[in-house]
Amino acid sequence: MNEILYALSGVTKAYGRRTVLAVDDLTIRRGETLAVVGPSGAGKSTLLRLLNFLEPAATGTISFGGQTIVGGDDAPLAVLRRITTVFQRPVLLKRTVAANVAYGLGLRGQRNTQAVVAKILDAVGLSHLAGEKARSLSGGEAQRVALARALVLHPDVLLLDEPTANLDPANVALIEQAVAQMCREQGTTVVFVTHNLFQARRMGDRVALMLDGRLVEVGDTDAFFEHPVDPRTAAFVRGEMVY
Amino acid sequence: MSLDAALLEIVLLSLRVSGFALLLSVLLGIPAGLLLGLRRFPGRRLAVAAVYTGMAFPPVVIGLFVYLLLSRNGPLGGLALPFIPSLFTPQAMILAQTILAFPLVAGFTMAAVGGVDPALRVQVRALGASHWQATWAVLEEARGGVVAAVAAGFGGIISEVGAVMIVGGNIEHRTRVLTTAIVLETGKGNFDLAIALSLVLLGLAFSANFLIVYLQGRSFDP
Ligand SMILES: Nc1ncnc2c1ncn2[C@@H]1O[C@H](COP(=O)(O)OP(=O)(O)OP(=O)(O)O)[C@@H](O)[C@H]1O
Ligand SMILES: [Mg+2]
Repeated sequence: MNEILYALSGVTKAYGRRTVLAVDDLTIRRGETLAVVGPSGAGKSTLLRLLNFLEPAATGTISFGGQTIVGGDDAPLAVLRRITTVFQRPVLLKRTVAANVAYGLGLRGQRNTQAVVAKILDAVGLSHLAGEKARSLSGGEAQRVALARALVLHPDVLLLDEPTANLDPANVALIEQAVAQMCREQGTTVVFVTHNLFQARRMGDRVALMLDGRLVEVGDTDAFFEHPVDPRTAAFVRGEMVY
Repeated sequence: MSLDAALLEIVLLSLRVSGFALLLSVLLGIPAGLLLGLRRFPGRRLAVAAVYTGMAFPPVVIGLFVYLLLSRNGPLGGLALPFIPSLFTPQAMILAQTILAFPLVAGFTMAAVGGVDPALRVQVRALGASHWQATWAVLEEARGGVVAAVAAGFGGIISEVGAVMIVGGNIEHRTRVLTTAIVLETGKGNFDLAIALSLVLLGLAFSANFLIVYLQGRSFDP
């Protein structure tokens, strides 16, 4: 758990003239689960896009496994394929549910994936929909397809953007278990964004609070909730307005 | 030569000319449509305007342009190179129809891939797609529109008369196709034959489009 996987230093991201992210310093250790919380528009999704190297940072460096990686079009495919994101608004392909889940494996040249696909669909409670058109699913079903599509890849890094926002409590528990199991068995590094502080507390080894594009506090989960250092963290965990 | 044999000859030449032209314009037009629909580069707006103009270009003007290009005094005709077609040959007609169909295929492809949610590309990249795989995913997502682009290209050239008339010359047994034969027979007052040819043309255009729509429904729907 000690080896550093990500090290961000002086990373900023701007859209137009507006700087929406400014992370001076953040390290993420291999195998840890980091919860990211913060108000809407704080830059949480933007942080995940940078961690997946889908976009370049405006300034600063992100090192991954000791190597500095520049995100965007030129990001090395081998690095990209060790990381995956379940987006806040997942885009499913115009195919069946099973074909959506098999898609990432196909990209990596893997064939005969029926068995693993069936297994993962079972884990997220979607076996009965395997043959359905993915575009006809409900929001919660689509979200679970997106999660299954990511889990089946056995990534080194799993980035989750509000992965259980549309789910009922039973399915939230199912998903949390599936993710936790993968971390346990494969040592997956997880960064997940959530608006649910209980979930952050249940799942996170550490929790980060983001406000206005900045990390206000990053700490071990218990300390973050019990003894926050920053008064804004204290207010946030009490559910008071901090923005 | 019997009437049926003559008719068959004309139909086959029409299919050969327009089929080849379609193939070429698809090979060039789909990549061009992808480039214009998905990439931002200097001069893109100019290229898009040119494609739109090309989509509405009168075939006779293209015919004239190709005629001037290939005529003995023209810039290409004077070179007498082996791969440059001579006037009044099916090859010259293929060239003219390729120029006609290219903007249709490119323009409709551009619109189709431009309409795909930009988040899709990011999504498949996050699932580990290379640039080619991501582009392919976008093309697959837009397949309905891309098939329509091919159909539009075919419809545009199988039924045009201006360009093939000018560069082909409507020479019997050599460059006479359905549309030019219809013009000729109508001029001669042979309305029965003209109508028969027209029905064949309509049937061809309809079958091709039906086939495309049918294939689209069959193999692409999940
Ligand atoms: N592609 C983009 N172009 C322009 N602005 C963007 C883009 N993506 C994000 N932003 C802006 O960056 C800011 C941070 O957005 P981000 O999506 O990271 O917030 P978030 O913390 O994930 O919010 P939420 O909890 O609502 O999902 C927002 O103000 C948003 O408008
Ligand atoms: Mg977000």
